[in-house]
Amino acid sequence: MSAVTDAARITAPGNPVTQSIRDSLVVAKRNLIRMSRIPEMVIFGLIQPIMFVVLFSYVFGGSMNIGGTTDPAVYREFLMAGIFAQTVTFATAGAGAGIADDMHKGLIDRFRSLPMARGAVLTGRTLADLVQTALTLLVLAVVALLVGWRTHTNAVEVLGAFGLLLLAGYAFTWIGALIGLSVRTPEAATSGGLIWLFPVTFISNAFVDSSRMTPWLRHVADWNPFSATVQACRVLFGNPGVSTSDAWPMQHPVWASLLYSILIIVIFRTLSVRKYRSATA
Amino acid sequence: MPGAIYAEGLVKTFGDVRALDGVDLDVPEGTVLGLLGPNGAGKTTTVRCLTTLLRPDSGKAVVAGLDVLKQPNEVRRSIGLSGQFAAVDEYLTGRENIQMVGQLYQMKAKAAKARAEELLEQFNLADAADRPAKTYSGGMRRRLDLAAALVVSPPVMFMDEPTTGLDPRNRQQLWEVIKQLVSGGTTLLLTTQYLEEADHLAHDIAVVDHGRVIARGTSDQLKARTGGERVEVVVHEREHVPTAREVLAGFGKGETTVEEHTRKLTVPVTGGAKLLAEVIRELDIRGIEIDDIGLRRPTLDDVFLSLTGHVAETKDEENGAAADGKDRRNKKEAAK
Repeated sequence: MSAVTDAARITAPGNPVTQSIRDSLVVAKRNLIRMSRIPEMVIFGLIQPIMFVVLFSYVFGGSMNIGGTTDPAVYREFLMAGIFAQTVTFATAGAGAGIADDMHKGLIDRFRSLPMARGAVLTGRTLADLVQTALTLLVLAVVALLVGWRTHTNAVEVLGAFGLLLLAGYAFTWIGALIGLSVRTPEAATSGGLIWLFPVTFISNAFVDSSRMTPWLRHVADWNPFSATVQACRVLFGNPGVSTSDAWPMQHPVWASLLYSILIIVIFRTLSVRKYRSATA
Repeated sequence: MPGAIYAEGLVKTFGDVRALDGVDLDVPEGTVLGLLGPNGAGKTTTVRCLTTLLRPDSGKAVVAGLDVLKQPNEVRRSIGLSGQFAAVDEYLTGRENIQMVGQLYQMKAKAAKARAEELLEQFNLADAADRPAKTYSGGMRRRLDLAAALVVSPPVMFMDEPTTGLDPRNRQQLWEVIKQLVSGGTTLLLTTQYLEEADHLAHDIAVVDHGRVIARGTSDQLKARTGGERVEVVVHEREHVPTAREVLAGFGKGETTVEEHTRKLTVPVTGGAKLLAEVIRELDIRGIEIDDIGLRRPTLDDVFLSLTGHVAETKDEENGAAADGKDRRNKKEAAK
């Protein structure tokens, strides 16, 4: 246990960027191991969107007017982009609850007392959530194909849509991280992480044709970052119900979705890391 | 030349509450300081300030020769922190926990793995190494937490109430581990609510109350101020009081006090249980019937009473170990 041998074991304090990436991956690995040991959490995360697919397509399908038709099959294709986008945003709650739990248990204290990169605890968590989101999307896509959802474009565009979904999901987990650091208990993070998602996902083009909303609500829906991702997916999947609104995000949904996601990451990552640095359990 | 842990005039307020009201500490290298005080006295806040977790409003702190406020990251390389909440990931195995912490101390993956092996062995956790920490007993968790704090064998260690909430057997075990550690030359600051614990482990004790160090010294010095150990006897017959007094005077290190109406005699002693047995034997030989006899050691309450004139105000007694942390949170809440 001499000081010399121990110093030799420690890697030199190298490049801060390399260190940050390395530390983030160590924390991401930790969170993935955790998730694999709590499979119920992953399974509930899967059941929820599947339930939405089934409920929406069979309960609402048939009474929804999409592009002048109430054909349930058309609604099902219309719906899927909305469900995909809603699913990735729900990862927010998981990230928030996980971080609040780490605070509560004193793990954040331990991490903060270690000579590690400052943002790594949060980046590691959001990266692990990204992996989980990708897994959820994969299962959900299979279910969607089973209920009759199809894409009508090429593989590049379809993969592009999934890429945008993952990026949006990643952006949203940073909002969850901030919520997790701001509340006192994991329970509060779970409910606090979910409540605001309902207006965000419902005042949008995800489940209904937003052109039929009252004008002020329609404006909100058209400029909602969430709508941009949904619209981009519909365009890239070649699914029905693409909004014809002349709002900029609806006209350029792929760019809008990209920009919104990057903006959310920049803002909420900055705020979260700042909050983390002064976090106290 | 300041010691391995040095603090001068540390002040930290949470809203209206002055959690630290000018704490001064100086811990020479290779020694153990016990920070003794009730819940809410400022022990945890002191540790948090010294371990870079909390920024004091004012004051100076130097750990391992590094300025805590100016070089926090360098300080983090030189310290180990083991908290009262046993901060390990309960879904990770013991091995995974130590490896992760090692890697975050910037060890290479392979070195962290080898070190985890060593520590699991040393802390008697080898058999449980591949079980999630969730399945560990309270004592095992504390040992794992401590092992994780020792991955890089830091020259300076902080332990925040390492044995709070442990049963006596586990407490004893952990004490042994800590003794071994400090015999290797580590400087340690340890907070505790138990005078006995500070007595066992610390070279010096600083008593804190209301965010201030109100007394410092060795355990013997503090006990002397408190009155030290004493034997208390209650005799059955009032007429036996003078004889009993004579017997006690033979063993005592000070004046024997007598409460006539309760037939209780008290005398300061040194020599502990062995001496108590002798006293009992002697009283028996003299044919004195006793109702009650005991060896009374000064408790934290006694220390407090003698130092401050008030009993230790434990603000959240029923919540036990969680109370210190909870207190802090409440203060934070009040601050908002």
